[in-house]
Amino acid sequence: MTQVTMTVNGKAVSGEAEGRTLLSQFLRDGLGLTGTHVGCDTSQCGACSVHVNGKLVKSCTMFAVEADGAEVSTVEGEADEDGTLSTIQQAFQEHHGLQCGFCTPGMVMATKSLLAENPKPTEADIRAYLSGNICRCTGYHNIVKAIMAASGQDVSAIAAE
Amino acid sequence: MYAFDVETPSSVAEAVAALKDEEATALGGGQTLIPTLKQRLAAPEKLVSLSGIAEMKGISTDGGVLTIGGATIHADVAAQGDYPALAALAGNIGDPAVRNRGTIGGSLANNDPSACYPAAVLGTGATIVTNTREIAADDYFQGMFTTALEEGEIITAVKFPIPEAASYQKFDQPASRFALVGVFVAKTADGVRVAVTGASEEGVFRWSEAETALNKEFRSDALMDLNINAMNMIGDLHGTKEYRAHLVKVMTRRAINAIG
Ligand SMILES: Cc1cc2nc3c(=O)[nH]c(=O)nc-3n(C[C@H](O)[C@H](O)[C@H](O)COP(=O)(O)OP(=O)(O)OC[C@H]3O[C@@H](n4cnc5c(N)ncnc54)[C@H](O)[C@@H]3O)c2cc1C
Ligand code: FES
Ligand code: FES
Repeated sequence: MTQVTMTVNGKAVSGEAEGRTLLSQFLRDGLGLTGTHVGCDTSQCGACSVHVNGKLVKSCTMFAVEADGAEVSTVEGEADEDGTLSTIQQAFQEHHGLQCGFCTPGMVMATKSLLAENPKPTEADIRAYLSGNICRCTGYHNIVKAIMAASGQDVSAIAAE
Repeated sequence: MYAFDVETPSSVAEAVAALKDEEATALGGGQTLIPTLKQRLAAPEKLVSLSGIAEMKGISTDGGVLTIGGATIHADVAAQGDYPALAALAGNIGDPAVRNRGTIGGSLANNDPSACYPAAVLGTGATIVTNTREIAADDYFQGMFTTALEEGEIITAVKFPIPEAASYQKFDQPASRFALVGVFVAKTADGVRVAVTGASEEGVFRWSEAETALNKEFRSDALMDLNINAMNMIGDLHGTKEYRAHLVKVMTRRAINAIG
């Protein structure tokens, strides 16, 4: 066991981790931050996406000890303390960008890094960027709409169904 | 996963020393190795993480040669502007999260028969730099998942002589995002090179008949009478041997047309 210290959503945290402890396990089981979901556990689905030092990563495919000293952001850091949703979360809600919600934490974190890199993405940019985030429910159209809306763009051009 | 320790050295010398232990394995971005460990297909007692070694990261160009540190992530290669065909290849590996962790050294050490970097390295005639020596691309790849690397040897850098023009054309396998077939064509100082990934049971290979034809005449029609033998191609549920053999020619022509 090693003592691992990192900043998660702006707060300093530390905990014990084995070499094989995944960052996703450290967040969920160690810190109780179960907003980060584990879908495939094989780096395919993106449900576990978080930011490490500002970069989008799949937390099921990184060890907790590799994040020692890092700044980590998870979906729990998105809304304000009083529960007010972030612009991205609000847009997902308004445009029905989720059904069961399992993929949503990963989608929100991926959207956040997309918009940081590319503030006005085209529909094609959005679809390409989300290639590592799989959704079994929505068929993606409403996710694309939500991201268009979150970036302040017109959503009417995105197919309705 | 079985239990193991993770060491985080900060220099190549420390990493090499840690890898002297027979039970130790290098950890690059983990995008291939971690899923392998989860499946218990490997059971090292110790992982030696290369991601904290500053001297193995970064990209520089000097005298027409682009040098990329072995622990450089795909996203950083995608962002460089000195070798655009290589940037485009790196920017199309997997997805953004994979590109933020996966490294060029890990990809080349793994030598997956459907990976993209092997095509760029063989197609450019690049040099693999390790902690002990330099290995020419033509000597490095030795069949799928097999390379010239010795036990405990690590890729510290890759040197690409920047070609006059190049293009990588990948036919995506949409589920895995790897290449169903990918072809890298480069006009180098020593002539045209054509490297094919995703297609052969032997891993990445140079299509020498196409190179000969293109050295005479650099047009996609120069390949008209050439055909790849389907016998040694990969055949699986994503595509038959014949389909892959056909795709090799199609993707080579697309690369030639993209170069113009
Ligand atoms: C969803 C997904 C999609 C992908 N799509 C593509 C794709 O389209 N094209 C493509 O080419 N690849 C693709 N990959 C593979 C990806 O590029 C991996 O990052 C890469 O193959 C392995 O690099 P790594 O740094 O993660 O290495 P690791 O997984 O850490 O290691 C792989 C192997 O290399 C060894 N190793 C690592 N670094 C070094 C080094 N510097 N020197 C010596 N040995 C080393 C390790 O011991 C291990 O045996 C994909 C992966 C995933 C998960
Ligand atoms: S749970 Fe990590 S990618 Fe699916
Ligand atoms: S909303 Fe159910 S998986 Fe995306």
